[in-house]
Amino acid sequence: MPSGSDLVAVVLTVKLASLTTLLLLGIATPLAWWLSTSRSRWKTWVGAFVSLPLVLPPAVLGFYLLLWLGPEGSVGRITTHLGLGALPFTFAGLVVASTVYSLPFVVQPLRDAFEAVGARPLEVAATLGAGPTDRFFSIAVPLSASGYFTAAVLGFAHTVGEFGVVLMIGGNIPGKTRVLSVALYDHVESLEYGAAHRLAGGLVIFSLLVLFALHSFRAQPRPF
Amino acid sequence: MQIALDLPDRGITALFGTSGSGKTTCLRVLAGLERAQGTVHVGGECWQDDDRRVFVPTHERAVGYVFQDPSLFPHLSVLGNLEYGRKRNKSERASADPRAVVDLLGIDALLERSPASLSGGESQRVAIARALLAGPRLLLMDEPLASQDLARKAEILPYLERLRDELSIPIIYVSHAIGEVARLANHVVLLEGGRTVASGPATETLARLDLPTARLDDSGVVIDARVAEHDETDQLTRVDFGDGSLWVGRVNRPNGASVRLRVLARDVSLAREPPGRSSILNVLSARVVDLRDDGPDRVNIRLSLGLLETPMLARVTRRSRDALGLTSGIAVYALVKSVALVV
Repeated sequence: MPSGSDLVAVVLTVKLASLTTLLLLGIATPLAWWLSTSRSRWKTWVGAFVSLPLVLPPAVLGFYLLLWLGPEGSVGRITTHLGLGALPFTFAGLVVASTVYSLPFVVQPLRDAFEAVGARPLEVAATLGAGPTDRFFSIAVPLSASGYFTAAVLGFAHTVGEFGVVLMIGGNIPGKTRVLSVALYDHVESLEYGAAHRLAGGLVIFSLLVLFALHSFRAQPRPF
Repeated sequence: MQIALDLPDRGITALFGTSGSGKTTCLRVLAGLERAQGTVHVGGECWQDDDRRVFVPTHERAVGYVFQDPSLFPHLSVLGNLEYGRKRNKSERASADPRAVVDLLGIDALLERSPASLSGGESQRVAIARALLAGPRLLLMDEPLASQDLARKAEILPYLERLRDELSIPIIYVSHAIGEVARLANHVVLLEGGRTVASGPATETLARLDLPTARLDDSGVVIDARVAEHDETDQLTRVDFGDGSLWVGRVNRPNGASVRLRVLARDVSLAREPPGRSSILNVLSARVVDLRDDGPDRVNIRLSLGLLETPMLARVTRRSRDALGLTSGIAVYALVKSVALVV
């Protein structure tokens, strides 16, 4: 029987992952669109920065985020000035950190999907009288539906799996920043292997379901 | 690229040339999909004027564009595709009557289908209808038959002829296939290396010896003619043009109907005297206007028929030219096999 505090951790994790995913879909859409259609010379640099969280050790990410969001950091100064206090060790801080951490996992599938649409359908739409925004919503988005699905699933799953960044930015505050992965770590440290199994097993099943959903979305195999 | 075009406001103008001659680029510039230096005026509207810094974006130009492959929107039904342009036609410019367009392209039975279930020919006809329903002032077609097989081409060509005859807007038709140009074009523009080499009515331009078109295997003139009579016994039709006639294989058109003849240069033989008994049905009096060598062994000859001087091209060997003493100005007889005529 999962304990009350574990259930709290699960709910917190789901909240974090959902919020982060929604936020990311909103941020990643214009970003991925720009990356897929722009001819600007900044494109490569922006693309590289967006992909940073893919290669940077989470501890490094967590460290720098701690500095920036902390009271002395560039972002921290603004939030304290606005009366919001510092973001580290708060749920809001976790959301910010998760957004950065999972950014490439949402941007990349969207960018691939937008690029797969190609120029032709958009040119056709333009000749039929559709302006840029119209073209985006009436053609690019519907034709990228599977990209959105992949981006949402990956973003969600990746956020659920966060550990290093979350520990650094969030600490381990039950009810506020103690997410699943941190709770699992706690159980192992306290030699509570039963509880650890429940959490870990649950995460494995969750991951498998996610991957199953993703794979069932792949293109139909060719007849020969 | 240097192109200056001044085109008729009805019928089909063909942009003809080899790959790389700039035909597609020209079309894309007209549509605003690409940008070149210059000015574009269509039907009194200015779409581009570099001097006055005017550039109307594609979605604000009343242009219809049919691409080489139909490019129907896969996430919409055929009807959805057709409606796409119609819904966005902001002006009161008569969006072509939907009923009329659907009939014109014969797609009534396809409306509820999905694009993936259509054949190549059906898709292309839907694409044409879609472009027309957006109410364009100008229809641009970029080699619409290039991706179709012979059977589909034969299926679509009559629809294109109907477009030419029934639409009140001009059509610019890009092609590298002289056969399509000969069959469809009212006006021909020849492009080479991004420059206009010639521009004129099809009947005149295709008859010119000084253009690369004369040296094609399939070179030949087009002649506007009218059906005069049918011979049911022999299944032949006589068509009148200028002040001459030709017998062709029976055409299923009523008397008086306008038809377009295509006479290939290689199907025209010449004689200095009226031939005795021969299998050739069509013997026309003609005058040699000009001759031009074409390769080591042959000569292209421009003839003029009758008082109205209808042009015709003939191709003979140099040996024949010398043996018959063919030179500019002399009278000859042009022999045209009726089975060789394409209507």
